[in-house]
Amino acid sequence: MQISAKLRFATIAAATTAVMSTATLFGANAQETYRIGYAISKTGPGAPGAATSTIPNYEMWVKEINDAGGLKVGDKQLPIEVVEYDDRSSSEEAVRAIERLINQDKVDFILSPWGTGINLAVAPILDRAGYAHLAGTAVTDKAPQLSQRWKNSYWLLGTGEQYAVGLAEFLKGLKDEGKINDKVAMIAVADGFGIELSKAGREALEDRDFDLVYDKTYPLGSQDLATIVNDIKSLGADTFVAFSYPPGTLGLTEQSRVLGFNPKVFYAGVGTAFPLYKNRFGDNAEGVVSLGGASEDDPKIADYIKRHIAFAEREPDRWASIVNWATLQSLQQAIERAGTTDRVAINAELAKGGFDTILGTYKPGDQTFWQVGQWQDGKFVGLAPTSMEGAAELVFPKPEWKAAQ
Amino acid sequence: MSILKPDFIKPVGIGAVIFAALAFLPSLVDSYYMSLAISIVSFAVLATAWSMFSGPTRYISLATVVFFGIGAYTVAVLGEVLPFPLVLVCAGLAGTVIALLVGFSTLRLAGVYFVIFTFGLTELVRQVVSWYEVNVTREMGRYVFLDITQNDIYWQLLALFAVLLLTGFILGRSRLGFALRIIGEDETVAKHCGIDVTRVKVALFVLSALFMTLTGAIMAPRWTYIDPVIAFNPMLSFQVVIMALLGGPRRLLGPLLGVVPLTLLFEILTANFPNHFSILLGCVFLVIVYLLPSGVVGLYEKYSAPKKRVLATEQNAKPGGNAA
Repeated sequence: MQISAKLRFATIAAATTAVMSTATLFGANAQETYRIGYAISKTGPGAPGAATSTIPNYEMWVKEINDAGGLKVGDKQLPIEVVEYDDRSSSEEAVRAIERLINQDKVDFILSPWGTGINLAVAPILDRAGYAHLAGTAVTDKAPQLSQRWKNSYWLLGTGEQYAVGLAEFLKGLKDEGKINDKVAMIAVADGFGIELSKAGREALEDRDFDLVYDKTYPLGSQDLATIVNDIKSLGADTFVAFSYPPGTLGLTEQSRVLGFNPKVFYAGVGTAFPLYKNRFGDNAEGVVSLGGASEDDPKIADYIKRHIAFAEREPDRWASIVNWATLQSLQQAIERAGTTDRVAINAELAKGGFDTILGTYKPGDQTFWQVGQWQDGKFVGLAPTSMEGAAELVFPKPEWKAAQ
Repeated sequence: MSILKPDFIKPVGIGAVIFAALAFLPSLVDSYYMSLAISIVSFAVLATAWSMFSGPTRYISLATVVFFGIGAYTVAVLGEVLPFPLVLVCAGLAGTVIALLVGFSTLRLAGVYFVIFTFGLTELVRQVVSWYEVNVTREMGRYVFLDITQNDIYWQLLALFAVLLLTGFILGRSRLGFALRIIGEDETVAKHCGIDVTRVKVALFVLSALFMTLTGAIMAPRWTYIDPVIAFNPMLSFQVVIMALLGGPRRLLGPLLGVVPLTLLFEILTANFPNHFSILLGCVFLVIVYLLPSGVVGLYEKYSAPKKRVLATEQNAKPGGNAA
């Protein structure tokens, strides 16, 4: 007992000293760190998406830079200090948290929250306070106008239209080769993303002489889509397109397998490129088409995926994660090129572009990534735009479903 | 009605001075504190409006966000078409119409049926709006690009809160307010006194909904982007009920006593424990329920004036003391 009491005292004393010295360290070195802030959905409906595409990348980026001694700003090495909040998937909370980061914490740079709605809610505040806004997870048809409106905002994932048009163009190629008929069955989740893509997809497909034999929406959060799959099964469409969100994406795949619906081209929406899709469906993921993609032959991408697995103990998704990482790389280079922590100078560097990233020479907002990808041998590879380097050949037709594992 | 008696002029005068002073807040603090102030005032309006109906009638309504969302959506639809004051008028009309429909069809329900109905109403309205956007406009999510600053929002909310308190104060001294209190005590007795129970309840429900709708309309420009999930988030209804119950819904300034500490508490928890917010909030609620079962007002009544009855004329004896 005697020893344990002494030990306890020693522990408390050590802890107190540690806390105090940390405090002094931060106090003394107030100017010697680069403060990065972000508010992101750690709880609420946005949490799974944020935990897949955004949070691991932010944390890995900070850790890699700090392990290397910090950001090279002029002749100094500044370690990064992070201030983070949970916006609880609410626009109002996000607005407040960003105000807090700007006015209370006075951080040097703010990384973007997760999701289209929340990124739009915080955009005007960041703009007014002179912070650049690298919106990594927003898909909006207004993207071009938004970057006009808020000069330092970058809408990295672009518009819904480009994905829909990219897909339609790709399908037209298949139709012209006589591989698929002109019948397309399309469904979409009744949420901003699904509506925007299906609207653009409808026009793009009809322009290319496709016949939309099925065109309906399903409610957000719904997983039981067996009736829809049954309806579509008898329509004779070679192509099935679902602009779906994660719960629906998983439900559709499962129910199509159970009901034996196996069109030649099976396109599912957000969630397909997530590692959890492969974990859940195993060999049945083979041949499924979706948005995003990565050419893992590219050593930079392969290295990124390896580091991500080592850091987060899971794979990154093959869409937003890659774009987010390229943007974080750009940010680091912009700060180091500017040679100062002055925001105006850093913003100017960001606007110049020409950063060396996993997406090649990149400027935030460039749409130089895959719009159509496919699961092939356990990798989600890029197919279109076919003009891009490393474009894979489509596995066609989609292999038969196998029995559940 | 004896409008110009000293017991009316004095509290209203004190209130006017306090609100005039609060209007200068934007020149004193930075925009972080302004965003906190907006949060407090908006919840103050919502909780007070909620209590205006639910306090005397004891109907627990979870429909706050229905009206809040209708207000926000009206701005999203009409914001770039009409000048803002007209948009507010339209929002008020929309809220009133919906409240009338809902009121006449449901206020005959009582107890837990009413609670469940109001909760279901949120989902119903959200789905109807979604259906309309998906099938008619084919555009989910709307953009609100209005040049309305944070300070403008604050002043509008402050003015709305002043009007709400004045309305509540006059109501407390009117025949309608008296009728409401009788209904709250015993509905059968009220009927026997010749009160048209349903009509009185609907009138109050509509009035309370009007203020909630306007709050939503005023807050909308702050978010830039609105979709049904953002506008009709059921969390808001629960927060308002918790705040009003913590303060004490049966007095005009009671809800404010719940709004201020809880908003500050949310803020402190979010800022300092971003990863443990929900669990800490749960613990705090447990503590509140155990230590303050009848709210802050209950505590005040217990220790200050054990024999005092709640009378209309006393409700605002100390507005200054509470609001300051």
